[in-house]
Amino acid sequence: MPEHEADGQLATPTHEVRDFLHRRREQIAQRWADEPLFRTVFTVSRDEAVEASKVVVDALAQVADSEQVEDPDAAGFSGVREQLARMGAARSRAGLSNTQVASELAALRPPVENLLASDLEEAPPEHLRACSTTLTVLMGTLRLVAMQTALSEWQALSDRQRLQLMEVATPVIRLWDGVVAVPLIGTLDSARSQVVMETLLNAVVDQHARFAILDITGVPTVDSLVAQHLMKTVAAARLMGAQCIVSGIRPAIAQTIVHLGLDLDVITRASLADALGYALHELGADIVNPGAGQR
Amino acid sequence: MSDAYSRPVTGHVPVLRLGDVLLVTLQGDLHDSTAQQLQQDLAETTSRTGVRGVLIDISGVEIVDSFLGRVLAEIAAQAKLLAARTVVAGMRPAVAITLAELGLTLPGLTTALSTEAGMELLSQQSPAYRPGGRRQESP
Amino acid sequence: MHTAAGVEACLPIRSDMDLVWVRQHVRQAAARLGFGLVEQTKLVTAASELARNTLVHGGGGQMEATHLSSAGAQGLRLAFTDEGPGIADLDQALSDGYTSGDGLGMGLSGARRLVHDFDIESTPGDGTTVRVTCWVGRPPRPREEA
Repeated sequence: MPEHEADGQLATPTHEVRDFLHRRREQIAQRWADEPLFRTVFTVSRDEAVEASKVVVDALAQVADSEQVEDPDAAGFSGVREQLARMGAARSRAGLSNTQVASELAALRPPVENLLASDLEEAPPEHLRACSTTLTVLMGTLRLVAMQTALSEWQALSDRQRLQLMEVATPVIRLWDGVVAVPLIGTLDSARSQVVMETLLNAVVDQHARFAILDITGVPTVDSLVAQHLMKTVAAARLMGAQCIVSGIRPAIAQTIVHLGLDLDVITRASLADALGYALHELGADIVNPGAGQR
Repeated sequence: MSDAYSRPVTGHVPVLRLGDVLLVTLQGDLHDSTAQQLQQDLAETTSRTGVRGVLIDISGVEIVDSFLGRVLAEIAAQAKLLAARTVVAGMRPAVAITLAELGLTLPGLTTALSTEAGMELLSQQSPAYRPGGRRQESP
Repeated sequence: MHTAAGVEACLPIRSDMDLVWVRQHVRQAAARLGFGLVEQTKLVTAASELARNTLVHGGGGQMEATHLSSAGAQGLRLAFTDEGPGIADLDQALSDGYTSGDGLGMGLSGARRLVHDFDIESTPGDGTTVRVTCWVGRPPRPREEA
């Protein structure tokens, strides 16, 4: 059946694999289209899955042609990166773990290997072994490229989400005419404190707020780094002509601050309500309890 | 050393008198020499007119580095010697964040959100509200 | 020079007029690279501090601006070079409040806090080079490794 040169010199394993991929493009694509990785991602029609498979086969042939079967950065792969990323993303959306996606990728190899073995049935056994090793390496590299692509997609996604989370987690509330507050919830790292500082100070300008309350009730721990960030925010607000009040210092945090030897040279209040009371008093708007006078 | 070079365009920043207050509006990028000239002009004008307040509007200033920071602090200190109070008004958030990061908190400076708030502050006989003005009595 | 690779420029620092050019150039370059307003202000302020150091302590010199690109991130590197007397004790010069001139002693140590990467080389008698880099959109991380 194999119609390659009867007994002249044999092609190099890499070229043999390349020619095989060209020759068997249709059959490989047909087989891959039934594999879960292609079948579940390209759901419009079976033809769609076949076409997608052909693109990957062509990429592999191109990589084999350039003799870069071990190089994940080979030019041949650049055309399929986006498609591989889409496939990986679709599979993880379907709830598969990275390991499961990797094993689906690995499942693409046996059908191709079987085809290769039957094509080279009459070739010398060592040639078949060499070719099949080359194919294995090539398929391994494909897997690597797919995982690489997926990983960088996830990284980008998680960076985006982190930024979004920071913005969502920093609402500035206008409590009164001239009083704004940020209730801080969760851990304060450098990146987040920057966002908090900018958001709060912009609100001070927009709202003409003479008082800005930083409520740290929801902050689990205050170490010297967090304290530094708080102090910077207080200092910046003061330079703009606003006064910062830090509220919600729990007893444990007060102890930590004293133990760390930090001198928080800033107005502090136990609760957000106390801080608002202080700000209103300073603004000349004292709260009077109407019930109190009647007793 | 830098005195060996002829100073480029020594600009004067206009100093406006509004009743008991001198008003200065700073804009854009200031030369070092212009800032120093302003410091000198303000000292002379304050002493000549006997005003009680100096209001510096920096809402149009895009950056304040340690040099300009020092000039502002010195203007406030010299005005105090001449029995006048100084208010710096309208610092932008980006500038304030940068100064705080730089470690330049200018504790001796009285600040206000806007020129109106600054005027109000200067018109008060005894300052009830002075952000950051508390530390003057600390040991 | 504007190339695809980036904004590259070399500005002299000889007078306080030049400080204004340095600030304006850095602001424009940072804005072109997509720096946010706060990051722009920080970088311009750092440039102003360092350029003034070059002028006052180094007796003049130059600033070189280079557009960097690494792993998809855009950055701006500024190198300030002078042939002045140099700095004998770098640790001391980098500490807060140290001043050899008439500033507030915030020049070097302050500028260092405003940028992502800071690097200084100085040989007494031979001059000083300070290199600072800021990256766009990189969330500032705590600089523990520094």
